Amino acid sequence: MISEILKKYEPKKENLLSILHDVQESSGKNYVSTESVLEIGKFLGMTRSEINGVMTFYTMLSEEPRGKYIIRICVSAPCHVAGSVSVKEELKKVLGIDVGETTGDGLFTLEESACLGVCDIAPAMMVGKDVYGGLDGHKIKKIISEYRSRK
Amino acid sequence: MNVTKIKVGMASCGIAAGAAPVFKALSDKFGGKVEKTGCIGMCYREPIVEVLGDDGSSVIYGDINEKRTAELIAIIENEEVRKEWAVFIKGAPEFEQSLYNSKQVKIVMRNLGRINPESLDEYIAAGGWEALKKTLAGTPENLIEDMIRSGLRGRGGAGFPTGLKWKFARASDSDKKYLICNADEGDPGAFMDRSVLEGDPHSVLEGMAIAGFAIGSDTGFIYVRAEYPLAIKRLEIAVSQARNAGYLGKNIFGKGFDFNIELKKGAGAFVCGEETALMRSIEGNRGMPTLKPPFPAQSGLWRKPTNINNVETFANVPWIVLNGWEKYAAIGTEKSKGTKVFALTGKIKNTGTVEVPMGITLREVIFDIGGGIRNDKKFKAVQIGGPSGGCIPASLLDVPVDYDSLNRTGAIMGSGGMVVMDENTCMVDVARFFLNFVVEESCGKCTFCRLGNKRMLEILTRITEGKGKESDIEELEKLAGQVRNGSLCGLGQTAPNPVLTSIKYFRDEYIAHIKEKKCPSHVCKSLLSFTIDAGKCTGCTLCARNCPVKAVEGEVKKPHLIEQAKCIKCGKCYDVCRFDAVIKD
Repeated sequence: MISEILKKYEPKKENLLSILHDVQESSGKNYVSTESVLEIGKFLGMTRSEINGVMTFYTMLSEEPRGKYIIRICVSAPCHVAGSVSVKEELKKVLGIDVGETTGDGLFTLEESACLGVCDIAPAMMVGKDVYGGLDGHKIKKIISEYRSRK
Repeated sequence: MNVTKIKVGMASCGIAAGAAPVFKALSDKFGGKVEKTGCIGMCYREPIVEVLGDDGSSVIYGDINEKRTAELIAIIENEEVRKEWAVFIKGAPEFEQSLYNSKQVKIVMRNLGRINPESLDEYIAAGGWEALKKTLAGTPENLIEDMIRSGLRGRGGAGFPTGLKWKFARASDSDKKYLICNADEGDPGAFMDRSVLEGDPHSVLEGMAIAGFAIGSDTGFIYVRAEYPLAIKRLEIAVSQARNAGYLGKNIFGKGFDFNIELKKGAGAFVCGEETALMRSIEGNRGMPTLKPPFPAQSGLWRKPTNINNVETFANVPWIVLNGWEKYAAIGTEKSKGTKVFALTGKIKNTGTVEVPMGITLREVIFDIGGGIRNDKKFKAVQIGGPSGGCIPASLLDVPVDYDSLNRTGAIMGSGGMVVMDENTCMVDVARFFLNFVVEESCGKCTFCRLGNKRMLEILTRITEGKGKESDIEELEKLAGQVRNGSLCGLGQTAPNPVLTSIKYFRDEYIAHIKEKKCPSHVCKSLLSFTIDAGKCTGCTLCARNCPVKAVEGEVKKPHLIEQAKCIKCGKCYDVCRFDAVIKD
């Protein structure tokens, strides 16, 4: 699968972030495995530690397996004044996990985002690539159960 | 009247408000007449649907949720107008002359909500790619001269004259030059660039191509944050359309000018919005800032001369080329020309994006256009410029919005986020919040940014917990100066601004926290105390039943009492009491 992704790119270091994004997205578990890192390294002529250094710098890239859907709850100031704290608590309750953890069924990982840039609909979160705003406890339950039934 | 077109606002704000099912229901009914469009700025009324007629009429409806769709379909079929739902009716003075509309000037947002961002034809019909054609008929030198005369300054925050920047990059002698569009909008409270990218991506591409011609570059990059998947998708569509139509690629308009654009996605690092960090990130490295000089115009991406402008700056360029620098320079103040897009958020009635002429006052933006404070509470402060900016108090509401006037307040123009705060906001808490953001996002390269900000955060946390010392304000000011002087990039240099401005304008709140151990806005939990007014308490037991730690004692129908040692200050009793008997102080 990785070789398919690498075919799309020239073996240049500038493509590292794009490759990492693609590999992470296609992993099904939102992460880049050590084997993948080694293979990308071979392709780009970079060492494992070089790639690791880049990966750990960016919050959206992970070396550990995560859920199928990453939930990013926005904790910026506009969301904060709109009540993101209680939204986060509700999410934790509905999912039964803490920030940084993954649900037992492997569906969701809960993360915080410094700002999603959708302050107009604060408090907001992203599930995968979808944006949800104007959140409250009721909405959260509805959204999560929708994703659960999607499986 | 025949309905010719129905436009549904499908930017992130519209989709999150439920525009997708509305779009589908309308498309099922009216087919090809229904189109997607960007955000007109009224995010607070999304989902928004515009109905256009063959007689030139236009009615824009707000709050069109799924439930209202069926009724809207009937309204359209019967060729009626539902005034109560309308946010705008063309020709109707109560809308056209409303403060919200009459005080705005739309240059950057000229096509937002008007064209389908995924249609090249609609961009062309709106005069798109004409500016590049006009540009290529002239010389780069004249173009740069016009840009300098237009007075356009960088909309990313620092406000450096755009034409001058291009002049420096053009003057740099090299076999290869690069052009970059900074679309790594990360300031909390800012989403203007997302709106433009989602609603009118071609205008940014066109602005870039014009800039490429000016500086002599054939390669452009757009560095866009990965948190904006819809913006990325629409940019990808636009780039491929422009390539296929020959607006990007080789020998554009047969004038021998080559220019291509590539997208680069970020991966969740705020500091990459800083230009040197951004270039390191494009190169495939950790996004850590490097020392300036050399400036990008001399040595930037892969050490080649590079010109970086922000999304909004580029979106201005085609308009200036088509309408002439004189027209642009006629708007604004002596040193700040043109318009600025702001994102209004926080405790304001009309959240969304607005575009105003430079020189307008903060009061006009917040009250006339923004509609004032939600729930008609009192205005306390507006935070401008995100974590690099500052908090401006009510006494300075008549300050004109231009680079220099805002700088004098201690805040900065910044990228254009305005977070409005009401009387229930604690300014010490806000300062702590922004500093916490900087501590999280500091890349760690400079000691003062890495550790100084952390020390400041510790002090602020201590103050909000009632453990502040009298020397803390002085200590904060001292550290702020050191962080400012000891940091390499803009992130560190401006990080203390929210703290310094809140001390400058809200010193009494700091003193109340430190000396009296009180939070005047009743926000800082550790400084709150909950007591029960025995005269008002009816002994209904509601508070006792809701207290999670059983800190409320008392018998039925007799006044209750809160045991202070047990109280965790969660405020539950205050929220549930129906007799206003719980006193929060």
